[in-house]
Amino acid sequence: MSEEKKIIAIEAINLSYAYHDNDVIKNLSFAVPKGGFFIIIGPNGSGKTTLMKVLSGIKKPEGGNLNILGKAIERYSRKSLAQTVAMAPQMTSVDFPFTVREIVLMGRSPYKGLLGFDDQTDLQIAQQAMAFTEVEHLAERKLGQLSGGEQQRVLIARAICQEPEIILLDEPTASLDLAHQVRVMDLMEQLQKEKGVTIIMVSHDINLACMYAQCLLLIKNGQIVSIGPPDQVLNYETLEQAYGCALLVDQSPLGNYPRITLVPKRFIKSSLVDAYLKNKSSKNSIFH
Amino acid sequence: MNSLKSHVIKRIFAVCTVLSIFLLCAMILGLSTGSSGGEILTGIKMVFSFFTDDASHDAMMQTIIWQIRFPRVLLAALVGATLSLGGLVFQALLRNPLAEPYILGISGGSAIGAILGILVGLSRFPGVAGTAFIGSMGTLALVLVMASGQTVLKKDSLLLSGVMVNAFCSAVIMFLISLTQDSRIHNILFWLMGDLSLAEMNQVMILAATVLPCFLLIFCLSNSMNLMLLGKEMAGSMGVNIKAVTIILLVTTSFMISSTVSQCGLVGFVGLVMPHLLRLLLGPDHRVMVPACIVGGAGFMVACDLLARTLPQHGEIPIGVITAMIGAPLFIFLLKRSKS
Repeated sequence: MSEEKKIIAIEAINLSYAYHDNDVIKNLSFAVPKGGFFIIIGPNGSGKTTLMKVLSGIKKPEGGNLNILGKAIERYSRKSLAQTVAMAPQMTSVDFPFTVREIVLMGRSPYKGLLGFDDQTDLQIAQQAMAFTEVEHLAERKLGQLSGGEQQRVLIARAICQEPEIILLDEPTASLDLAHQVRVMDLMEQLQKEKGVTIIMVSHDINLACMYAQCLLLIKNGQIVSIGPPDQVLNYETLEQAYGCALLVDQSPLGNYPRITLVPKRFIKSSLVDAYLKNKSSKNSIFH
Repeated sequence: MNSLKSHVIKRIFAVCTVLSIFLLCAMILGLSTGSSGGEILTGIKMVFSFFTDDASHDAMMQTIIWQIRFPRVLLAALVGATLSLGGLVFQALLRNPLAEPYILGISGGSAIGAILGILVGLSRFPGVAGTAFIGSMGTLALVLVMASGQTVLKKDSLLLSGVMVNAFCSAVIMFLISLTQDSRIHNILFWLMGDLSLAEMNQVMILAATVLPCFLLIFCLSNSMNLMLLGKEMAGSMGVNIKAVTIILLVTTSFMISSTVSQCGLVGFVGLVMPHLLRLLLGPDHRVMVPACIVGGAGFMVACDLLARTLPQHGEIPIGVITAMIGAPLFIFLLKRSKS
């Protein structure tokens, strides 16, 4: 579409990482356009989290190349990488009574000196980040006192405060209730649409993921099973290959989005499913 | 609007000023009280007469104050500052509010090193300090290996490793003592409970020269410690060189702790009491907490030493006994609270 779309935010070429002989990624190659919404899905132990750690520069790839905004990741200094890529991890527990404001302000440290004293600009950016994720009213509360959804929004505000081009999120909706899941995903979409930030996310919730992602990457055993727009990736052949469970794929009532329904064992070959299959084209489902 | 620019710096100054007054009061009291008797008020007058050049001053008393009490008060201050800062650093590095050099067995390890040094007949500095450092690094490695393989060094496994390392250290220390037959036994035993009575001015000065640069280095890394409390990976993604910071902090802290252990023996729980008390009052920001622990820890230790010298009618209580009597119940309380 626009000029900006052509810039590649993250380009992985034959990326590999081994980790105690499991949870490895092997020869992954893909590209995420700048300003894109990119979601990585896959079964447990498929290497999603490892891939995120490699993309964020926490782990050095053992093979292949990784370019961030057209520049090899090794050529970034720690600080300039932190100014470009921010990470919001899976929920972390913080045993120390930091306030929300203090945590969000920590996102400014890549821009500050050794002791990280904040100036007016830092405070303003932190305030805006908190306003964006709607945690402003919690600014003086301690992180530990907040609900899971609020904590996740604080950690996202901290990532926004880092003013990155790319935000990496590892299962930000895990352990959140339905309302908070949608809220976090909407926030990320708003961030991508309004501020042009590239979003790369690991998610277990395929139904939610395909409503937001422009591109899905399905990996298993550290290798790409499928990559592309959700409606191409999410067909039952690929999902069966990746997850190995019985499921139905049809269309969401909200539009051209795939919808996955898991099928419990007692329903397999039941009359209910048979009736469903007669109505629908049986291409869209898988049983074994 | 410029007032907000230095918000943290202002807090540091305010906190340090208040705690310095506390430290100063403790030091004046520490100088003016002691076994040589006399009213506290006369003691205080004595201390100040040194500065006012009062003709009435008692030469004997002045010698006691400046030759005997002053080095001791200074030593107490340095030891208190080092140990409470040491506790703070370990709590941050291990992301565990219950970590403390004594509880983790680091102090025990340096004690083994130090006792070996004493038995071999090395000088207090650098000989005993050196062997104490080797001992502390050894136990530190042991604790880290035992607790590794856990995701973020789980609380209980870390404390359990520390308890076991401590038990092992005590056994080795007892073994060493049982081998010793001469008068050195008494020295070692007293020293094991924490002993500030051997303070000499030149030793205290050497200790100061050793630990003050460590304080500065740790202060420079205080913001990195803040970030590391969010998790190593998060800190890494904010531009902190985790490996370098961790190694510098571990080595610096072990170094300054073994320096103090070689001077004054085992004093436990200071690294637990002060960081907790101050964190409760000031919040967890290490840029404020590092200077606060240095000054506050110094004041706390001078006050404990004052108690150690004045509580009994004759002689004195080992200072380690006082700090443990305050610290151990607090530890149990904190452990109970963190479980709920």
